[in-house]
Amino acid sequence: MADPQDQQNPETTAGPSSPATRQFISFRVGDEEFAIDIMAVREIKGWTATTVLPNQQNYMLGVLNLRGTIVPIFDLRCRFGRGLTQATATHVVIIVSVDDRIVGLLVDAVSDILTVNAVDIRPVPDMEQTVDSAFLSGIIPVGESMVVLLSLENLFNQTPSAGLPAIAA
Amino acid sequence: MSGSNFGSDELAQFRKTFFEECAELLVDLEERLGALHPYTQDVEGLNAIFRAVHSIKAGAGAFNYTGLVRFAHTFEALLDRLRDGKAELDERTLPCLISAGDVLAALVDTVREGKTADEAFGADVRDELESLMDGASGGASPVPAAKADAAPTGPQGYRIVFRPDSELFRHANEPLYLIRELKTLGTLEIACDTSRLPDLAGLKTDEAYLSWTMTLRTDKPRAAIAEVFEFVEDECELIIEPLADAVEATPEAVPQAVTIAPAAVAVPVAAPTVERAAPHPEGKAEQKASVASSIRVELARVDRLVNMVGELVITQAMLAQQFNENDVGQGGHKTLQGFEDLAVLTRELQECVMAIRMQPVKSIFARMPRLVREVSAKLGKTVHLEMSGEQTEVDKTVIEELADPLTHMIRNAVDHGIESTEERIAAGKSPDGTIHLSAQHVGSNILIHVEDDGAGIDRERLLRKAIERGIVSANAKPTGEEIDELIFSPGFSTAAAVTDVSGRGVGMDVVRRNIINLGGRVQVQSTLGKGTRFTLVIPLTLAVLDGMIVAVGEEKYILPLTSIVESIRPERGQIRALTGGYEVASIRGEFVRLVHLARVFGVPQAVGEPWNGLVVLVEQANGTKIGVVVDELIGQQQVVIKSLQDNFDPVAGISGATILGNGRVALIVDIEQLTRLADRPHPTPLPNTDAPSSLTDELANVA
Amino acid sequence: MAKRILTVDDSKTMRDMVSYTLKGAGFEVVEAEDGVRALTVLQSGKVDLIITDINMPNMDGVTLVKRVRSQPSHAATPILILTTESGEDKKAAGKAAGATGWIVKPFAPDKLLQVVNKVCPA
Repeated sequence: MADPQDQQNPETTAGPSSPATRQFISFRVGDEEFAIDIMAVREIKGWTATTVLPNQQNYMLGVLNLRGTIVPIFDLRCRFGRGLTQATATHVVIIVSVDDRIVGLLVDAVSDILTVNAVDIRPVPDMEQTVDSAFLSGIIPVGESMVVLLSLENLFNQTPSAGLPAIAA
Repeated sequence: MSGSNFGSDELAQFRKTFFEECAELLVDLEERLGALHPYTQDVEGLNAIFRAVHSIKAGAGAFNYTGLVRFAHTFEALLDRLRDGKAELDERTLPCLISAGDVLAALVDTVREGKTADEAFGADVRDELESLMDGASGGASPVPAAKADAAPTGPQGYRIVFRPDSELFRHANEPLYLIRELKTLGTLEIACDTSRLPDLAGLKTDEAYLSWTMTLRTDKPRAAIAEVFEFVEDECELIIEPLADAVEATPEAVPQAVTIAPAAVAVPVAAPTVERAAPHPEGKAEQKASVASSIRVELARVDRLVNMVGELVITQAMLAQQFNENDVGQGGHKTLQGFEDLAVLTRELQECVMAIRMQPVKSIFARMPRLVREVSAKLGKTVHLEMSGEQTEVDKTVIEELADPLTHMIRNAVDHGIESTEERIAAGKSPDGTIHLSAQHVGSNILIHVEDDGAGIDRERLLRKAIERGIVSANAKPTGEEIDELIFSPGFSTAAAVTDVSGRGVGMDVVRRNIINLGGRVQVQSTLGKGTRFTLVIPLTLAVLDGMIVAVGEEKYILPLTSIVESIRPERGQIRALTGGYEVASIRGEFVRLVHLARVFGVPQAVGEPWNGLVVLVEQANGTKIGVVVDELIGQQQVVIKSLQDNFDPVAGISGATILGNGRVALIVDIEQLTRLADRPHPTPLPNTDAPSSLTDELANVA
Repeated sequence: MAKRILTVDDSKTMRDMVSYTLKGAGFEVVEAEDGVRALTVLQSGKVDLIITDINMPNMDGVTLVKRVRSQPSHAATPILILTTESGEDKKAAGKAAGATGWIVKPFAPDKLLQVVNKVCPA
């Protein structure tokens, strides 16, 4: 599942975590690397066709059957405003648990497991971001490049139906 | 007394159990009381009622609820006389028993809320109960106060002679334990008289050969010693004398005195614990009496089981489908047969599991006689309630949700349905009104009828009021059935005066909402002057649904089978477009509004014209029929309902989801929301929202 | 080995209270909610004491006592019946059927243990 192009950096490989370290799963969306807390990740699976829910935001791709549980799937690329992913079987869905809900994130590929010293996580710099900064919770330097830490809570608290005309329930 | 020695946590737990139990007992009590008839001897019923009251009393005693104990005691005493035939169940007794049941329930409520009932509360009923007992042999024995110990202190000690009969052993008493118990009261010297012991050959294991003469030095009163022998006083010779008087008594043989050590010394007692042959070989058939035994299981466990069986059903369907898709080679037919057997078994297993959650509706029905009694008494009407089908079973969750709407409907029937006695007489009807409440299974639904023989719905007046209130426009020409439907309009009450019986603001609209929330429907049929009948159709369970799978474009949806009237492939000429984007189909002279699922849900590549697809005629809860346009019907299937909302927000037009045999998720369509969805402006702003949306619009709009 | 006591009562409250008290005193407790089920329990194993309510559905306590006394395996098992204070006739009926003794409801835990101790010490 690791991206072949990703350079295996000694300090970023999976290893036993000590209290001061945290582990993240990093993945690729377009040209950028993102990461989420490994504790939130339930499972990683290949893309399969979803059942489309009517009248949703375009990044809401529909629902999947995950061993009997109905799981909504979101297109992260589209969530970041960069258009729909043309999902194929090589694309990956990361199943995460956020606020007691199980949701799936469609990404291009999973890259690595990062073990990071908590003090190395830097705040999001006050600079121009390609992604809405509300979705970001920090930056992890990996060698020369950096991985953007996502805030899953903020990603979904901005309710998906916000853009729709109100429909009386 | 009682509970005070328990820790507060345990006590709280016991109390919780007690009130749960009370609730069950009171439902049973009410039902049984309702089934009693004057001058009949329903011994079984009376026994059950007695037990219920008795259990409440016993529990109440444990928690020191003295008022409740006192009332239950009197109630129970009369019941005891009734079941023994010492008192008669006449027209005076029966209402009194019913009131007593009410008082008992109220007292339980009071103590549950941690309050103390007013002394006077229920006193009249208790007096009545007592007066009814007077005729019978003796009144209720008063609840005795705790016995006071007679002598405060005794003499220095007692001489005790204890000679057990063989009876004592037959009752499984053990002299050794009693002697040990005596020893806890003071210093005990005992002498065992073995003189009557035969030689081994003649020894009978259930005979008593030994006796004891003991000297107990203690300051305890005589009663304390007597209490030790309380259970055996009729099964032994027992002398308890103060020591002073006993000095020169029994000079004869006092054999060697032994003091019993605290650790049990093996005193040679007749061996009463040896197993004995059964003296009474009574028939054992009785113990195999046909009893539907039951266990209490946490609902959460049952739910898990239901879910897992649901998974099994899906997995089975998936396997079968995958197998069918592959070519059936040699030997395949056997496997196919295996799959069919598996399908049958799985289905049976599912039914068994669902049955665990099923309960008879009688738990709600049982509350109704009282309701009718109370409401009719308040209104000065005489109303009889007839019930049938109380044993009809429905899912527990459905039962819980059914109680409120049903209560409301019954109350309405007494209040608004049945006329006053004078009106009835004037109309040439029997002065007494009748309400019939019935339940029955029809397919996978439960059908509940609430039928009264009252005045029926006055359509003219109803329409006039609806127009007055702006619910219906003045120039509307609704049909009779449509007018009847108006009673389900929000906040609409047909009664000229809003009485305190039916309350304000809570109308049939709330009833309908409750029933719809259960996936059910409510309909009304009424004949002026003859009466009104409400019909509730509710699925037996909220966990599975009989569905029709339909295809729309690439998507598959499920329509609840209970809503489907028929499906038709319309001729082009049957379809007519109206202004405002409406489309209707003429079906046997009736115009039915069409709703395209593809348009409502924004599904691409679906059949655009109704005559190229299918129109599924469905009936909404309010009786309105609409035609749902789909591409084709796939088939009928029972599906396990899954919640979408566990992991996502509610989706308009979708009531839930299920997993099909191929593992894909299919959405269950919420019929009730379809018209509203079709009416609302299109999700994305279009230049002209009035225009019927075109396929290109849909496509542009699809994620 | 802890002595095993069967408590028979259709009221769960009562069973819970009896059971809690006895377990606290080191007894092993099994429960049954009526006479018929009590007999089933007895068929599956021996108990050292039976404490039974009188008023129960399916099979009442007095009948249960008679039945138990008629079974060889438990003919000599002590049986205590639970009665209310006014239940003199119940005590007599229970006794006549073969009960060992009785406990008056409601009872304090130590009173229950005291009575149990008289017929089946821990």
